[in-house]
Amino acid sequence: MIKLIITKQKPNLLKNLEKYNKIFIIGCGNCATICKTGGENEVKALAEKLGDKVIGNIVIESPCNLKFLKKDLKPFMYSNAEVIVALCCGVGVQSIVEFTNKEVIPGLDTLFLGEVGIKGRFYERCRACGTCILYETGGICPISRCAKKLLNGPCGGMVNEKCEVGNYSKDCAWILIYKRLKELGRDFEKIIEVHNWQNKPGELILGD
Amino acid sequence: MKRIFSEFMKALYNNSFVFTTEIEPKKTVNPEGIINLARKFKNHVIACNITDNPRAHAYMNSIIASYIIQREVGLETICHMTVRDRNRLALISDVLGACALGIKNILTITGDHTTMGDNPNAMPVYDIDSTQFIYMLRKMVDEGIDLAGNKIDGEVRIHIGAVGNPNANPFEPEILKIKRKINAGVEFIQTQIVFDVERAKRFIEELKAPPPFILIGIFPCNSYRMAEFIDKKVPGISVPNEYKEVLKKANENKEKIDESNIEYFSEMIKELKKTTRASGIHIMTIKYEDIVGKIIDSVKGIC
Repeated sequence: MIKLIITKQKPNLLKNLEKYNKIFIIGCGNCATICKTGGENEVKALAEKLGDKVIGNIVIESPCNLKFLKKDLKPFMYSNAEVIVALCCGVGVQSIVEFTNKEVIPGLDTLFLGEVGIKGRFYERCRACGTCILYETGGICPISRCAKKLLNGPCGGMVNEKCEVGNYSKDCAWILIYKRLKELGRDFEKIIEVHNWQNKPGELILGD
Repeated sequence: MKRIFSEFMKALYNNSFVFTTEIEPKKTVNPEGIINLARKFKNHVIACNITDNPRAHAYMNSIIASYIIQREVGLETICHMTVRDRNRLALISDVLGACALGIKNILTITGDHTTMGDNPNAMPVYDIDSTQFIYMLRKMVDEGIDLAGNKIDGEVRIHIGAVGNPNANPFEPEILKIKRKINAGVEFIQTQIVFDVERAKRFIEELKAPPPFILIGIFPCNSYRMAEFIDKKVPGISVPNEYKEVLKKANENKEKIDESNIEYFSEMIKELKKTTRASGIHIMTIKYEDIVGKIIDSVKGIC
C-alpha cells in the first residue's frame, strides 16, 4: 500500500492567474501525479488553458525534495517568470519558494495523509499529530477519522453507525474502533487521556 | 461525605423526582426573552438548562445567560458547556468564571460539529473531549487543581452532568461511552429526547451500576406537523404512531393538543417513576413553553 499526501485542485486558480503574463508551471511526479492533480496530464491541461502566458513547464520527481529541485529545475528558464504555479502539496510549494525565491502560487489545496485504495480513492488516515495513540484504539485513528477528534467513544452525532458530518455518508470512526476492540477481545473501559498536541513551530526533527 | 452545592443536586440526593427544562439564548444582545421564559418556568422546575451554541449556531454565551437568569429570576441553572468552541485553557477559565458568577451545575457537551451550524467554516476545537472534560472538572472540584496540576485559589463548587442518548443505534457503544463518563466522575445524566418509554427503560437499566442520577428527556410537540418533522427529519429519533395519531386527531386545536400531550407524557412519566430508578424528567420544547408547567402539574402528587 502506498501512502501519500492528498491534494485537490484549487477553485478559482485561473482567475487568480489573470493578472500574470509570464507563468512557469511546476508539477509533482510523486503524490500529485497519483492524485491526478499535478502530474504530466494536469500540467499540460493547465498550460493549454493559459496559452501564450506560459513560458515553460516541468514535472519534477518530488518538488518537496531540494535535491530533485536543484537537479531538474536548474536547466530551465524559470527565472524569467513573473510567477510560478506549483501543482504540488504545501511542502513542495515552500521548497520551490526556498529554491527559486520567486513568487509561487499554489495550484492545489493540501488535504491529508492518505491511504490509496482501489479505483483511485484516497482515504484520510493520518494527520501527523505527533502523538500516536493507534494502539489504544485498535489501529484506527480517531484524530484523523473522527470529525471531532474524540478519544472516548461516539458522540450524539452518530446515527446508525454513520457520522453527522457529511450528511451520514461516512462511517463513525468510533463505531469502527468499538467493533475492532471487540474483535480483539479488548475492553472499552479505560479512559484515553487528553491528547498531547506537540505544539511547536515546524522544524526539522530527523536527520543530522 | 458528598459535598452538595446546588439546589438541583440537593433534590436529587433527597430522592425527589425532579423536573428541569431548557432555555436557548438566541443571536441577540437583549436578555428580556430569556428572562421572561425563565419567569414562566420558575415555579415549575427545580432548575433550567441553558444551551451553549446549540446546533453550532453562535448565540448569546450560556454562562452569561445563566448568570442573568439566576440573578434576575432566582431560577437555578444547569449551564451547558461544549468542548467544540474552547480549548482546555478556555474551558478552565470559563469554569472559574462560572463559579465566580454563582453557577453550580455544568452540563458537559461535545457539541454538534461546526459544519452543521451557522458559521460552517469555523475551526472546530475539540482539544479535549467531553469525557476528558468531566475528568478535568473532577480534578478542579475535588482536588482544587486544573488539568495540568496547577493550583486553583478557592473552591470550585460545581456539579457535573453529561448527556446520553437512549435512541443510539448501535446502543452498546453509547452505553460504554457513558460508563467511561461515569468512571470519570459524572454525577447526573440528562438524555436526548425519547418518546418510547421502553427505550428510556432500557437506557436506565443498562446504567444501573454504578448509578448516576438520570433525567429522561421528553419533547411535547405543539402540532402533528412538528411530530412528523421530528420523526422524518431528525436523525435517530422516531416518534411512535400512537402519539402522532392523537396529535393528528387534535387537528390544530390548541386545547386538544395540550390535552393530548398532557395525557401522553403524564402516562410516560408515571410509568418511569413507578418502574425505574429515573430521578426526573427534562422537558424540552420549541415554541411551546406553556406546556411545561401543565405537564408537571398533571403529575403533581404522584411525583
